[in-house]
Order: sequence, then structure tokens, then C-alpha cells
Amino acid sequence: MADNNTNPIAYMRETPLPQLDPPASEAGLGHWVRQNLFSSVLNTVLTLAAFVSLYFIFTSTVPWFVNGVWQSESIRGCREVLEGATGGCFAVLTERWNQLLFGFTYSDDQYWRPTLAFALLFVAIAPVLFVALPRKMLYFTLLYPLLAFYLIWGGSIYATISTGLGFVVGYLVYSRFVASSFALGLIGGVVAAFVTWWLGGFVVDAIAPATPFLEEIPSRKMGGFMLNMILGVVCVSLSLPLGIALALGRQSRLPIIRIICVVFIEFVRGVPLITLLFVANVILGYFLPPDTNFDLILRVIIMITMFSAAYIAEVIRGGLAALPTGQYEAGDSLGLDYAQSMRLIILPQALKISIPGIVNVAVGLFKDTTLVSVISMFDLVGMIRGPILASTEWNGVYWELFMAAAVLFFVVCYGISQYSQWLERKLATDHR
Amino acid sequence: MSTMTDPPQSAFRVSMLLSDTRYRGYTFQAIALFCLIIAMAYLGMNLVRNLAAAGLNISYNFLGAPAGYDINQRLIEYDSQSTHGQAAIVGILNTLLVAFLGIITATVLGVTAGVLRLSNNWLVSKMMSIYVEAFRNVPVLIWILVINGLVTQMASPREYRGDDATSSMWLDAVAFTNRGVYIPAPVWNDGSMIVVLTFFASIVAIFAYRRYVRNLLYTTGKLLPTFLPSIGLLIVPTILMFYIMGQPVGLDYPELKGFNFQGGTQIGRPLIALWLALSVYTGAFIAENVRAGILAIPRGQSEAAASLGMRPGRVMNLVVLPQALRVIIPPLISQYLNIAKNSSLAIAVGYADITATLGGITLNQTGRAIESVLLLMLFYLFISLSISAVMNIYNNSVKLQER
Repeated sequence: MADNNTNPIAYMRETPLPQLDPPASEAGLGHWVRQNLFSSVLNTVLTLAAFVSLYFIFTSTVPWFVNGVWQSESIRGCREVLEGATGGCFAVLTERWNQLLFGFTYSDDQYWRPTLAFALLFVAIAPVLFVALPRKMLYFTLLYPLLAFYLIWGGSIYATISTGLGFVVGYLVYSRFVASSFALGLIGGVVAAFVTWWLGGFVVDAIAPATPFLEEIPSRKMGGFMLNMILGVVCVSLSLPLGIALALGRQSRLPIIRIICVVFIEFVRGVPLITLLFVANVILGYFLPPDTNFDLILRVIIMITMFSAAYIAEVIRGGLAALPTGQYEAGDSLGLDYAQSMRLIILPQALKISIPGIVNVAVGLFKDTTLVSVISMFDLVGMIRGPILASTEWNGVYWELFMAAAVLFFVVCYGISQYSQWLERKLATDHR
Repeated sequence: MSTMTDPPQSAFRVSMLLSDTRYRGYTFQAIALFCLIIAMAYLGMNLVRNLAAAGLNISYNFLGAPAGYDINQRLIEYDSQSTHGQAAIVGILNTLLVAFLGIITATVLGVTAGVLRLSNNWLVSKMMSIYVEAFRNVPVLIWILVINGLVTQMASPREYRGDDATSSMWLDAVAFTNRGVYIPAPVWNDGSMIVVLTFFASIVAIFAYRRYVRNLLYTTGKLLPTFLPSIGLLIVPTILMFYIMGQPVGLDYPELKGFNFQGGTQIGRPLIALWLALSVYTGAFIAENVRAGILAIPRGQSEAAASLGMRPGRVMNLVVLPQALRVIIPPLISQYLNIAKNSSLAIAVGYADITATLGGITLNQTGRAIESVLLLMLFYLFISLSISAVMNIYNNSVKLQER
């Protein structure tokens, strides 16, 4: 039969050829280097420049790190150990680490309190940050502000309990009346809370023990990185509700409320934080009743909260403006009133869009807490510039301290911004 | 047959102020206004009582009193006999100076870093990422202090002295010392005005030329080169005029006399520290804005332009950049605003800006806290609102014309 085939196929491969490796120029390290570092003249120049600058950076910093002295009593001790060689005097960090973290007047035997509060902060904030965690943990989050306040400031525990009681009573009154009217519930809740606090004031004074369970620590003793953390956490949490209110006020149809909000926001955003801190330091006292005596940390918290609330308000306004008009109309067409449609429809969506912006503001605010060193508060930077650099032991150690401060801030801020990016990817429910 | 009529208009009753959404707004506004007035009155009364108790009053006369302190870095004449008002003006000019310098360098740095971060050179883009993250996540105050420390480590003027000097001036004209950088100062002789005027005239001429080229392109389709003629117009007439007038503009070189440099212009250490720190810090933010702006342009845009036969340079100039700039410029301007506001940190390194003069020394010497801080805030508010106004005008001019 085979010879009947008039047009035989001359040759046909029956098995496929084995795959060859790609050409050496298109694979492996050499290809990657050519593609990513030397693909064009410009790229080659850039790469060489990068190598040269890396060389200079490494040769100037590596010996400084490697020869660093970690154990010494003073800078003179460091110099003796180094004997003229280049090296950092990191002993200042080991010697003064507690001062950098807690300030120089906080009692040594109480360090466990802010440390515990800091550790619990992660437990409290975890269910807020990660939705996958059990929702029951949120009860601890609600409890945390009181707990942290008591741990850090101490004093009579009844004052803390009375504060908490005020919030509970306020919430109960609010939930009783909110069904009929949001405004009634809100006003009733606030009034009930204040009444509770007012009544509690008498009781607490009457039953306050002579020696409280946790010793009371006045706020002027707070310092170091702890002060930055306190200011950052407190001010961001307080400014969120205020910022939401300001943003809603700015979007409001009522002209007087809108004007008040616009003037406040634009004024605060137009001046540097440092002038607001001057206000807290030297001016705010003039506007308070003559006998009141706010401590500086509280005045600073008020001003920084106002500052960040204005910025958060602008971020949330962006979120509100980004929602389609249909969402607002949907709320109206369901017959919801203003408070209901905002609470149930608009704000959940607007806040979700605004999260990255809010996190940016929070990071910026946390960095700006270093400015309190300008009004002679001893936060991390204030500690370095004040007590530590001025001391006879460590006068002249400069880079090590500021590097440590930079690393501390970097860890926190970079961590927060990475979380924000993760959340942004997770929340991106729109189709792309 | 039915007739359509409006529902009967009920007469206004007082209870409608709470129950009727048409009138409820007025109630809320009245309450808000009332609360605001009460709060203001309360704060004002406290102020009056506190001032009376301290025996103070609100007065701006202190601005006319002699200041009694010296300012090293100044743009106008000032000595310790000048008034507090003049010290404030010196401070304002210093704030504007560092903001202006910072804006220029931060833009250059930020645009470079932003573009390089998108480069396909792995090493360079990674280095730029590190730069951006390192500077964005550390407070600017720390960077100001660190760079101030770096400048302090430079050679002292003493090291330039004698035959065995360890440092020497760069090109015999610029000296980098721990007191600042000394650069030659221009000396304006007779006729230098004409050279300067020529320079400004050539800038006008460049704009006129570019306008002519564009009109020519639109009317006839003929394209003339613009880049090289612009550069030529910028340089050549000024240099020609400089030699025609007999070199009227000279340079006053800094010279080492005694323990310090004399002559030339001194850029003080605080100014350098503040300027560099603000530039690198804000540059990192600008780099992110630039990167985001370029990434915001869909790839299809440049592909479409390429498929129309445009050259890569023209794709960038005519298609990508105009769209990217619309995204980049608003955040860029708010970064400029941040530079102006962050320049108030000058007080940390002793640069005599408005915060350090009016809000620092003047406030401490005269005790006029309310007046000083109020003036300080008004100044920054004025700057911020002006920059915002410029931004709004720009936004309106580039707004997409939607139908």
C-alpha cells in the first residue's frame, strides 16, 4: 500500500523536539543585569552614579556602626575605647534608653505602667484594624481609654470609674431616645453623661482613699517617646469625631453652620502647628476663667486636636464629595431624615473611601508631635536636645541620638502607612 | 373630571420650627449662632478679666519700640536700634526667602526622584524608594536638626588660614564653613541697570517668540524649533550688553581676614540647614505626587499618540505631561504651602524667620503674647490663602470642559 502513495511526505518527525534552554543572553543573572541596570547609555550612567554614591555612603557609615561602642559611662569612655578610630558612641542609647522612652522625671519603679498600656494598645486596636478578629474584642477596645488613662496617670480609681459610668449612662439614655429622634438622643445622652460626672465628682471626693492603688503621676512628668505616643493616639482619636462633625457641617445646607465650619477649618489649616502651640503655651490661659489651671499637656492636646480635626475634616469632605449623588437621593427617597441617612448610608461609605487619607493625616500628626519640644516640653526630641545633650557625660554625642529617634519614628510611621496600603487593597471592591 | 390643585398651604405655626423640615433648619442655625455668641462672649469676658487682673492691655505700640537684638541673616538694613516692627519685616523676608529657595530645590529634587523611581533601572528605582520612605516617615524637625549637625561638622574658618591650611576655597570664590557658605556677591556699577533690563527684555522676547511659533504652527502647519532659540535669546543679548557697557557688574569675592571671611555674601548655617532639610523632606512628598500623576495616565494615551506617529519626546510633551500635570499640580501646590508653614521650624536652629523674631524674641522681650501670636497667625493665614487662591485659579483654568 505504501508505494501507492503518489505524494509521500518526504520526512515527518514523530516525536517533538526537547525544549532548548533560552539563549544565554536572554536568561539568568547576566540578562537581568543587562535588562535592569545597563539597558541604555543613560541607564548605565545612572547605575554607575548609584554605585559611586552607595560606595560613599557605606564607607562613611559602616565603620561608624561596626566600631560603635555600646557599653560606656560617658562620651569620654567611648573615646578611650575607640582610641581615635571612627565609631559611634551608642552607649548613650543603652545608658539613657529609659529617659528617651519615658522622660527624665518619671519614677523608675513605675515604668511598667506605660509599658503595659502600650502593650495593651495593640490588643485594643487589633479588632479595629483587622475585621477578621472576633468582634467581642471591641468591648476591650471601648474599655481601653479608661484603662490606659488609669495606668498612665494613676490616682484614685473611683475617678476613672465615675468617668466610665458617665459614658455608660450617656449611652443608655442615647439608645433610649435615638429611635424617636437622633438629636434628642444625642443631647439627652450628653446631658446625662455630664450629670453623672457632676454627681460622681462629689462621691469620688468623699470616698477617695489616702493612698491610691496606683500612685498618681502628674502630667508634667510625662516625657520622651511616651509623650509622643500619648499625644498622637489621644489627638487622633479625639479629632476623628470632631473632624466628621466639621466635614458634615461644611457640606451642610444651613449657611450659618457652613460658614462657622469653613472659617474654623480654613483658619486652622492656614497657620502652622507651631503657632497653635504658642497659643496653647502662652495665650490659652487668658481665655479661661482666672481660677482654672489646665496643665500644659491638656492645653497642647486641645490645640493639636483642633489642628488635626481640620485636616481630617477636609479628608472626609473629599470622601463625602466622592459619593455619587444617587446615594444621597436614595436616603431621601427611603424617607430617612438627615441623621439617619448620614449614619446609615452616607458616612459608612464616605469613611471607607477616606481611610487612606485619614491614615496619612494620622502619620503626619504623629510626626508633628515632635514640635512640642519647641515650647519646651520634653518629648523624644526635647529629651535629646535638652537633658541628654546638655549633660556633661554625653555632650557631643549627636548622630547616635538623632538616628535612634529617626528609627523609632520610622518604624511607627512606616508600619502605619504599610497597614493603610494593605487596607486600601483589601477595601478596593470596585471592578478594575 | 378631577382637578389638580396644590395642597392647601397651612399657616405657619410655632411648632413647625421643630417639626417641619422647611423651618427646622432655621431653629438649628439660631441655636448654633446663639451657642457661638455665648462661647465668644465667655472667652472674651475671661480675656478682659484676666488682662485687667494682670494689669495688661492690648496695644500694638511695642512694634515701634527699639528691638535691641541683632539678626545675622537679613535681606534689608537692620541693627539692634531698629524697631520690633522692622525686626518682624526682616523675619517676614527671611521666611519668604527660605520658602522660595526651598520650593525651587524641593521641586527639582522631587521631580527627579519621582521620575527616577519609575525608571526601569532596578538599582536607581530602589534607591529612590528608600529615599522617599526614609524622609516621609521621619519628622521634619529631626531632619532639620540632623542637617544642622552636618553643617556644623564642616571646616571652621580657622582651617582656611595659614600656609598649611587643611581646607581651601572652591575656585577661590566659595568657602564652605561651619558658619555657613560664603559666595561672591554681585557689585552693581553704573550701567548695570541696562544689563538687567536687557535680561528681562529677552525673557519677554522668549515668550513672544514661542507665541509666534505656535500661531505659525496653527495657521500654516509649519513648525519652527523653539528650545535652542529660547536658550539663545535668554543668554546672548545679556552677555552682549554686558560687554558693550564695559562689564558693569562685578563680583565681590569673600576673603579670609582675621578669624572669619569678609566680603561676599554669607549664607548662614541655620538658613542652609533649614533650606536643605525642607527641600529633601518635601522633595520626598513631591516625588510621590509626581509618580502618582504619571501613573494616573493610562498607557493607552501614550500608545495612541505613538500610533499617530508622534516621536517619544512629543508624546511626553503634548499628550502625557498636560494630563499628568493636571493631577500633579494641586498636591504640588499644597506641598509648597507646607514648605511655607514648616519654615516656622526655623526657631529650632536659630534662623531669624518671622516665628523666631516676632513669635520668639519680640514676644519674650515685650511680653505681648496675644498681639505677637495674632500677627504671626495673620501673616501665615495671608500666605496660605494667597497660595490657595492661586491654586483655585489654576484648577479652574485646567478643568475638563464637560458637557
